[in-house]
Amino acid sequence: MDSAVRFHNVSLRYARVLALDGIDLEIRSGEFFGILGPSGSGKTSCLRLIAGFDRPSEGAIELHGRSVAGVPPYDRDVNTVFQDYALFPHMTIEQNVAFGLMVKGVERRERRIRVREILEMVRLEGLGERRPNQLSGGQRQRVALARVLVNQPRVLLLDEPLGALDLKLRQQMQVELRSLQRTLGITFIFVTHDQGEALSMSDRLAVFNRGRIEQIGTPQEIYERPSTRFAAEFVGDSNIVERRDSDTPAHERGVFSLRPEKVHLSTRELRASDRSIAVAGEVADVQFHGASVRYVVSLPDASSMTAVVGNLGSRAEAPAVRSGTRVWLNWNLDDLHRLRESGGH
Amino acid sequence: MAAVMPVPARPRLGRMLSTALFLRPKLMLALLLLPPLLWLGVVYLGSMFALLAQSFFSIDEFTGQIQRTPTLRTYADLFRTAHLDIILRTAAMAAAVTFASAAVAFPIAYYMARYATGRAKTIFYLAVMLPLWSSYLVRVYAWKLILAKEGIVTWMAAELGAGGGLDALLSIPIIGGTALSVSYIGTFTVFVYIWLPFMILPIQAALERVPESMIEASADLGAPPHRTFRNVILPLAFPGVVAGSIFTFSLTLGDYIIPQIIGSSRLFLGQVVYIQQGTAGNIPLAAAFCVVPIVVMSIYLGVAKRLGAFDAL
Repeated sequence: MDSAVRFHNVSLRYARVLALDGIDLEIRSGEFFGILGPSGSGKTSCLRLIAGFDRPSEGAIELHGRSVAGVPPYDRDVNTVFQDYALFPHMTIEQNVAFGLMVKGVERRERRIRVREILEMVRLEGLGERRPNQLSGGQRQRVALARVLVNQPRVLLLDEPLGALDLKLRQQMQVELRSLQRTLGITFIFVTHDQGEALSMSDRLAVFNRGRIEQIGTPQEIYERPSTRFAAEFVGDSNIVERRDSDTPAHERGVFSLRPEKVHLSTRELRASDRSIAVAGEVADVQFHGASVRYVVSLPDASSMTAVVGNLGSRAEAPAVRSGTRVWLNWNLDDLHRLRESGGH
Repeated sequence: MAAVMPVPARPRLGRMLSTALFLRPKLMLALLLLPPLLWLGVVYLGSMFALLAQSFFSIDEFTGQIQRTPTLRTYADLFRTAHLDIILRTAAMAAAVTFASAAVAFPIAYYMARYATGRAKTIFYLAVMLPLWSSYLVRVYAWKLILAKEGIVTWMAAELGAGGGLDALLSIPIIGGTALSVSYIGTFTVFVYIWLPFMILPIQAALERVPESMIEASADLGAPPHRTFRNVILPLAFPGVVAGSIFTFSLTLGDYIIPQIIGSSRLFLGQVVYIQQGTAGNIPLAAAFCVVPIVVMSIYLGVAKRLGAFDAL
């Protein structure tokens, strides 16, 4: 598969801040690529470099195998859906969507046809005469999408496109974006700080932290085998287990990640085996999440461990576990994943 | 844990008054609006209507007495060639000054709104406002000296070997003259200088409200900078340009000092009003002349609205 975007050792400095620090990245043609990280981690900077709004301080960027050094945004075959949508308030929806075609000199008749098609595709037919401020948030989001899709870009950049929507609408748009990407076959590069969104939508994703990439991989790889402590804690919930004591065989010592749903919790005593570990503790906190319950358990060595238990069975059967209840925890050694420390360059 | 005792509020007059007003928001609003409404309604609109009323009176040609019977005779008087000339001259000057101010102000406003930060922004604000701190008359007289035949502009032009160019400029019929200070070019230059802050500030305010992402989106969709300017920045800043032009246009229409000091002896609207209500004592005609800018501005705003200047508001 050929690459759509490639970063070679790219750094970006704003005034005194190093926004990106030696990024190497390859995004394949036709994939749904997620860029995940907390605010200030450099994920939006990454998108701005691809779009051409900023130029790298060091390093080189290629789009479809060609260096884009010195190529302004208006000459790049890349379009962006902005976080605030950036719809032009003085134009109707139709004019907004037709803007890209208009500046490229597409003839009026063809423009109308293509705009109508794309508005149908995002299910906004009949709203073409309205102004952006007459639409709801979800509708504006669709206009922003239509406005870029009508140009048939090879790469589509989405900067937190669902951030302003409420939960139900967001879930619905996640599904729609995915299916849209599959039908069109365009490379989607998607920036988000929401790890759930990144996991559920991306073919592959990169976890950013402080201007560096912590890990690149498929959602499964990153969730099941996080490579750094940051990735383990930022993507999903994680227990960090340090095994340094002398009873541990030397090759099994280190820092590990253990997902809370892999921890078994019981009010009855659980035993260790040669492939599993068991400890007793006291429940410090119970958080009810609806589909699951999250227990924070204090262990004898003053550390704590989180266990997530699916909300199965009826209330009557559920063990009466509350703060202060004595419980046993047990987990398989196979579920421990060795971590390297963050930013290990 | 120490119990937190509520501090008993001592009922004081100020506090009681605050509470009384807080519970009656409409009363508070009425109290707040009363002084400005009185001012605007009685002092401002009242005098405006008094003026309008005067314009429907006429003057007895022999006695010079004002006849207080409603008539349109004074308005008919406006359409005499000499008067029409003055109106057209003033409107043309106001239009030229407005266009030039907008053209000069836009880049400055753009820089202030989009690039200048911190210190540079403060300095620019000061530089724009500073002329307003000194007397308008002093500045106009200063310009008279600058533009005089023996003034610095003539001298500089000669030193730079551009004396011929200046002479050619001054030899243009109508707008030229024997020196810059006695030509329409001079009047125009000083008008633009004096009203410039009133154009820069509204445009700057309008440009500040255009989000950066809007400009980036335009480039992202394939628009080179000149298309972005024409299709995005200018339409979004247009209400600011219109607001500024209302200042420059109406101020030029009414001003009588600048054309008096700098320019040819041909009259502008403001001067006519000044002469008619002062030396000539023809208050009705002066009032009728005052109605002209009001009508011109109404037409101007109507056109601006048609062009969509207020759509983005």
